[in-house]
Amino acid sequence: MLAALLVALPFVAAMGGQAWVRILDFAILYVFLALGLNIVVGLAGLLDLGYIAFYAVGAYTWALLASPHFGLHWPIWAILPVGAGLACLAGVVLGSPTLKLRGDYLAIVTLGFGEIVRIFLNNLNAPINVTNGPQGITLIDPVSFGAFQFSGTTQILGFAISGPQKYYFLLVALAILVIIINLRLQHSRIGRAWQAIREDEIAAKAIGINTRNLKLLAFAMGASFGGVAGGIFSAMQGFVSPESFSLIESIMILAMVVLGGMGHIPGVILGAVLLTVLPEVLRYGVGPLQMALFGKMLADPESLRMLVFGLALVLVMRFKPAGLWPSPVRRRELQETGK
Amino acid sequence: MQARLSVIALSVAAVFALSACGQKEEPKPVAAAPDAKPETVVKLGHVAPMTGPQAHLGKDNENGAVLAVEELNAKGMEIGGAKVRFELINEDDGADPKQGAIVAQKLVDAKVNGVIGHLNSGTTIPASKLYFDAGIPQVSGSATNPKYTQQGFKTAFRVMANDVQQGLALGEFAAKQGVKTVAIVDDRTAYGQGLADEFKKAAEAAGIKVVATEYTNDKATDFKAILTKIKSTKAELIFFGGMDAQGGPLAKQAKQLGVKALFLGGDGVCTPEFMKLGGEAAEGNYCSLPGSPLEKLANGPAFKEKFNKRFNAEIQLYAPYVYDAVWVVAEAMKRADSVDPAKYLAEIGKTRYDGVTAQIAFDEFGDLKGGAISMYKYTGGKLEYVETLGGGAVATAGSEVKEAVAEVKDAAKAVAGAATAVGKEAVSDVKDAAKAAAEAGKDAVKAGAEAVKNAADATKAAVDKK
Amino acid sequence: MDIFLQQIVNGLVQGSIYALVALGYTMVYGIMGLINFAHGEVVMIGTLVTITVAGTLIKAGMPVALAGLAGMMAAVLVCMALGWALERVAYRPLRHAPRLTPLITAIGMSIVLQNLAMMVWGRNYLTFPSFLPNMDFELAGAHFTAIQVIIVLVSAATMGALLLLVYRTKLGMAMRATAQNPAVASLMGVNINRVIAAAFVIGSALGAVAGVMVGAYYEIAHYQMGFMLGLKAFTAAVLGGIGNLAGAMLGGILLGIIEALGAGYIGDLTGGFLGSHYQDIFAFVVLIVVLMFKPSGLFGEKSGDRA
Repeated sequence: MLAALLVALPFVAAMGGQAWVRILDFAILYVFLALGLNIVVGLAGLLDLGYIAFYAVGAYTWALLASPHFGLHWPIWAILPVGAGLACLAGVVLGSPTLKLRGDYLAIVTLGFGEIVRIFLNNLNAPINVTNGPQGITLIDPVSFGAFQFSGTTQILGFAISGPQKYYFLLVALAILVIIINLRLQHSRIGRAWQAIREDEIAAKAIGINTRNLKLLAFAMGASFGGVAGGIFSAMQGFVSPESFSLIESIMILAMVVLGGMGHIPGVILGAVLLTVLPEVLRYGVGPLQMALFGKMLADPESLRMLVFGLALVLVMRFKPAGLWPSPVRRRELQETGK
Repeated sequence: MQARLSVIALSVAAVFALSACGQKEEPKPVAAAPDAKPETVVKLGHVAPMTGPQAHLGKDNENGAVLAVEELNAKGMEIGGAKVRFELINEDDGADPKQGAIVAQKLVDAKVNGVIGHLNSGTTIPASKLYFDAGIPQVSGSATNPKYTQQGFKTAFRVMANDVQQGLALGEFAAKQGVKTVAIVDDRTAYGQGLADEFKKAAEAAGIKVVATEYTNDKATDFKAILTKIKSTKAELIFFGGMDAQGGPLAKQAKQLGVKALFLGGDGVCTPEFMKLGGEAAEGNYCSLPGSPLEKLANGPAFKEKFNKRFNAEIQLYAPYVYDAVWVVAEAMKRADSVDPAKYLAEIGKTRYDGVTAQIAFDEFGDLKGGAISMYKYTGGKLEYVETLGGGAVATAGSEVKEAVAEVKDAAKAVAGAATAVGKEAVSDVKDAAKAAAEAGKDAVKAGAEAVKNAADATKAAVDKK
Repeated sequence: MDIFLQQIVNGLVQGSIYALVALGYTMVYGIMGLINFAHGEVVMIGTLVTITVAGTLIKAGMPVALAGLAGMMAAVLVCMALGWALERVAYRPLRHAPRLTPLITAIGMSIVLQNLAMMVWGRNYLTFPSFLPNMDFELAGAHFTAIQVIIVLVSAATMGALLLLVYRTKLGMAMRATAQNPAVASLMGVNINRVIAAAFVIGSALGAVAGVMVGAYYEIAHYQMGFMLGLKAFTAAVLGGIGNLAGAMLGGILLGIIEALGAGYIGDLTGGFLGSHYQDIFAFVVLIVVLMFKPSGLFGEKSGDRA
């Protein structure tokens, strides 16, 4: 039944226009990112504020390997593993100096790394033009399996399926894979070790968990999901520039994880979808809503949109501090400590 | 767990369905015109940053578009046998390429007949692909990065000179000021970096030495560190590739630090905002704007007055260009006698429109033909026109030709007048006088023809140079 | 070498501003363990309020200097109220919530305040009225203005006053006690709620002063100016050891100087490979290096692991 719903969704959304299918696609991309960050923050308890750097690595890897920039046009099954691998490497590199840091020092250092990556991307166009600087890289190849291109509309069995809709199905397929990996990880020895580190690092060390390796593993695995998502993002948008990988994005992804229910996969998915869709719904809705309620525009829809979004964050955290859909374990813990 | 997931999926689907339905019913604030004739609504999308550091420029653009649309509706065009009413759909891209792509898709979904925008080169370039794929013509009034028209999209046009021309003009102007050393500051955005690079090329070609290249970003407020470095190089000129929100404080801090250098910038700093933020430090410095100054062109001052009256605000920067862009689209529709993008797209390429900012015609890439760049000096809180460089010769040559023709006409009239004045008193005298007058007339005609020829040559040279 | 002193001056002034803002972050963190992301926005509102109040008073005919002072007082009062409200409404209900929840609330409040400011004060950049005569001094090749001197002096005075408060008054003692161990402090008769509220209020007041300084120094204000400033100040607080007042002050000043020297010399240091376009990350690199050797910051105490 769930499967039928998932299949029908892009076509329902398309009734409102292709823009909604695109928003759906972005929602799934953010699900990847949120799940990746969930491993680092939710499972291992490492507050990472620079997660977007891995997304950027994945996106630029695809851009550099499949565009006129270097003249390379690798296929998807070659680029995605490379992207994921590079992101893993980045995760290890970023994670290594942070091993001795606790809590909020870790946050600031990861934040710094995120910014460092972004600034390098913005400026590596001299002496050798690697990233083409602020102009970004355009005309990036879309995903294609042989002759079947994912951009543009194709006719299948008399149905016209648009580019964004095709990407949707690809993304859902990948998402199912990612979710399965995450579920297996969470319930594995590694996952339990991570949770032990999160709860009490010293005790975890005491019982023989190699905290150093496991922390690096958390960073690496979390990063790899970001790398994959970045690659598809690049292909979908056909264009990348450093502006898409700012600090705000990292913060947004963290908000998705916490708001949804840290450490709980369904909650994280919900958080990602909600926080991606809400600003867009507000973009379409704030104007007409004001007209309906007040008969005129009281305030610019643009400024009101983000204001309402911020308020939503505050209110949800106020009334559901453990997240919208926390894991049952968490909820029990919170109820025990009392509010 | 399965049930929970289904519930979530159902609710998400419900949200989408609701939004989709809601989108369809989105009320269009319309006052139905009680007309017997059928009415076609032409939807024009307009995109600019309405939030963020450049929101003041976005609003300015929107004003230009609104003015044009209101005028078009007041005039009442008839296309394809029906009265048309133009409707502006204004969207915010926050100068962020990702948002730009999202609103571009939104406009494509809304099946707009044309798009005016975006404002920033950084958002216009990626959005142009979406419009090209959908076959929707896009005319930008402010994106100056050359790449916009180099992608091979038939739907991309711009109504002002691009940064290649602007950088060239700025470099030549700098050389004309007699500076030998320059320090370049760029703000690391697609626009700022593009312009700074072009200026660097032109300056070096003109024999100026670049003694320092410093960088900042489009959100910075403190430039003392890089200015101190520049001060130590004793550069005679500081060139800034970036926008007024940074340019103003940059100029001010340079003055505070005692940096004795001229300041030169592109269209991003040629705004009242720059002068407001720079204060006294802005005085006596220079900037460039595409096109010829409003006062010099026929329709310019009238536009300025209309604008001030309608919005009770000063023109910030690109409003006149956006205004022209809307009219170009409307004119193309009129010529094609159709509002269908597929049909009127070809007509845009053939535009010969006398706009507020320039005489608009496009080359095969969608760039403005003969794009002129005018230099201005900040004097007494206002922009004072200095000169026009580059393809601007076309506009002034045109007026020179007009003057030459007028002179020839006057000369011929004088000849005729002389002949009648002399009258029938001395026939031979008349004959002699007539001969002399004819000679004089011939000379006058020759001179006039020469003037015309020179003007035409200048035009050709300018076009070739572009 | 001739510009070295100038860069130091630049850095010192910028750093003093960072220090003032960093104190706000560190006070709240020391007592509550919370990163108050909305603090940068409080600073921004301080600047904007000063502009509005001073502007109105100047138009009404008040002498500029007096209007400026009045504006500053208004800003301090508004920010103190704002800080108090933030704590009461957004953070107090979350006292016992999981660690990251108040962080997200702070982010939400930051967004709310930014957009409210945009709606109230508009999108354009606003100019700060200049209160002081344009006096220039020159010392050993370094150029500095009256306002720069004032900023350093005012910051130093404010920080001194804060230290006096924390180490010489009962309230200060209560704050230090709460920072060490809230449960025991309350057993000793300290009213935790009042102490926490005081920390927010005082921190916001400092932020307001910083906001006025920023406005007077750069003479512009914009509804988005708080974000970057807050971020850098928070970095400074971490550099000095978060939770430690002296650390925040030192961290702020150090950060300012590092940024100035970095932007000025990074090209020379790396032989032209990296230029001033990397100046923003220079500070982060220094931070990472420091933290690698001193994981709790320069003055941070090696406190036990908190879950």
